[in-house]
Amino acid sequence: MGLGRYLLRKFLWYLGALLVALLLNFFLPRLIPGNPVDALVGRLSQGGAGSDQLQAMHTQYVKEFGLDKPMWQQFFIYLGNLAKGDLGTSFMQYPASVNKLVGDALPFSVALQLPAILFGWLIGNLLGAIAAFKGGWFDKGAFVGSLFLSSMPYYCLAILLLFGLAVWYPMFPQGRAYSLGLTPEFSFTFLNDAISYWWLPFLSLVLIFIGGQAVGMRSMAIYELGSDYVNYGRGLGMKDSQMVRYIFRNAMLPQITGLALSIGGLVGGALITELVFNYPGMGSLLFGAISSNDYPVIQAITLIITVTVLMANFAVEVLYGFIDPRIKATQGGDKS
Amino acid sequence: MRFSGRFYFGATLVILVLLVGFIGPFIVGVDPNASIGGLYDKPGTGPGMQWWLGTDNEGQSVMSNLVYGTRTSLLVGLIAGIIASSIGLVIGLIAGYAGGMLEEILMGLTNIVLAIPSIVIVILLSVSLPRRDIFTLALVIGITAWPWTARAVRAQATSVRTREHIEVAKMSGAKFWSILAWDVLPYLLSYVVMAFVLQVASAILTESSLSMLGLGPSNIVSIGMMLNWALAWGSIRVGAWWAFIPPTVMLTLIAFSLYLVQSSLDEVFNPRLRRGKKRKLVPAASGGAATAEIDEPEGEPGASVGPAALMSATVAEGKDSGGTTQ
Repeated sequence: MGLGRYLLRKFLWYLGALLVALLLNFFLPRLIPGNPVDALVGRLSQGGAGSDQLQAMHTQYVKEFGLDKPMWQQFFIYLGNLAKGDLGTSFMQYPASVNKLVGDALPFSVALQLPAILFGWLIGNLLGAIAAFKGGWFDKGAFVGSLFLSSMPYYCLAILLLFGLAVWYPMFPQGRAYSLGLTPEFSFTFLNDAISYWWLPFLSLVLIFIGGQAVGMRSMAIYELGSDYVNYGRGLGMKDSQMVRYIFRNAMLPQITGLALSIGGLVGGALITELVFNYPGMGSLLFGAISSNDYPVIQAITLIITVTVLMANFAVEVLYGFIDPRIKATQGGDKS
Repeated sequence: MRFSGRFYFGATLVILVLLVGFIGPFIVGVDPNASIGGLYDKPGTGPGMQWWLGTDNEGQSVMSNLVYGTRTSLLVGLIAGIIASSIGLVIGLIAGYAGGMLEEILMGLTNIVLAIPSIVIVILLSVSLPRRDIFTLALVIGITAWPWTARAVRAQATSVRTREHIEVAKMSGAKFWSILAWDVLPYLLSYVVMAFVLQVASAILTESSLSMLGLGPSNIVSIGMMLNWALAWGSIRVGAWWAFIPPTVMLTLIAFSLYLVQSSLDEVFNPRLRRGKKRKLVPAASGGAATAEIDEPEGEPGASVGPAALMSATVAEGKDSGGTTQ
């Protein structure tokens, strides 16, 4: 009973957050003085496109965004389009749909980040746990190194790696995601070519993740090592190997949360890495959209980032509702 | 109060950065917008300090850009840090001390803002701004970064609320605001200072992320703008290391030194975070951010929640500085 109410309350909270995000996403770019579509058509007409075509574009935008209607109606049109999975039409790459642009970019971001998050998480946690249990010089070295890596802005490491391993000592190609002349497809030739471009950005991300996870895991393990139940267990004469299992289980819980949240934040997590390596993912798409005031694309990307983050957060809360006894206790009892 | 060696190391680095940013512009004395040479001239091509790091893509002195850019980034960080810490402090204090309905409303607001990735709001706000100078940028960053300070402060204020001296103050007729300022706030000051240091660091990183995405300040140089130019003009590919290594190193130095200071302050203020007997000092961090709704256990006031919330915010900032905010 208590659990159901807990989940419902969480669900409503996240629904509220999503609504706020949608409102911000819709209204903020519309605060800009001047109608973005007129500005766009004005700029295009200087480029010498035919006036019939301009008229057609203008009509389509007015229809798509409902620009002749009041603001609140426009918002519902926007929601309706989103509900149909339609992210709109790009301003700058007319008549390409935003869905297609995102569909082209997203796989590159995921291919880069998901392996980096998973490997970084695994190696970082191992490193952190070993450092905490071993102590001494290994601990000191691993800790300072991890702290440095985790506090280094991820794109700074990317810049240094690109210069070091692609320009100064050219082991890897300098940016891009695949060789000129190839088109992205699921074929051996393409994947084989793309992986040589993938290594360097992957490396720059995975090192940062290892650092962050190792610092977190080490601190958690040390915190657990000093806690009462460990001292009590030791006093009872429990074996170290048995204690380690308990400590590990308790220290892992926040780390699993961290993993889920990292995966949720994947889309917006390494935007600038893609800029540094000229990698055709969401970061590069966003950069291009910002420099050309392509609002439909900017809004689509910020929306996708928000929705994935909210979903990951909600998933974590649900998971905690099931596994954390403290939540069951507070919900089941009379403490509201 | 005994500071560790790490604290002094970090503090020295911070002072060094502050000197570069606030004294440097007077020493170098060359306008960062003035052309002194051609495209990517090597360091030492000409005489004087302005040639120590060569020229950038517009023939401007990199040395001059670096010191002025550091100043801009520090200013944005400090202003945004003050804004975020003030909002977070006020909301967290009131929520934690007042309790009841007011707490529900304030923390509901905090949790909603916290759930939406701050980089998204920052991008949307910056895109909508007609004109971007360092104050508007700092404002945008500050008003999106306060929620986790609010949450950490609330957790602390809640634990102070039930103490006896608050009862004494109430009985002697002290007013709500007076209790907040004189009987609750002093117990949280150490947390607020640490949270402020983290806010400054993350604001500086957010500023450079924004600048690299093309949303930087429009008429002034910052560290992020230097990196933006360095990438846009391909300085890495042509091997003009003097154009991109200095801002990269400076940014890393700023972030690393501030985190170092914060984590070593954490040890001083929270004895429970140190290792037992023979082991070394460490900060306790945890990623338990998602479950901060759970009330902390009674006893040692908030020693588990405060730093945990602070550090998990660090970790989150580090990742999202693009999404990260980063």
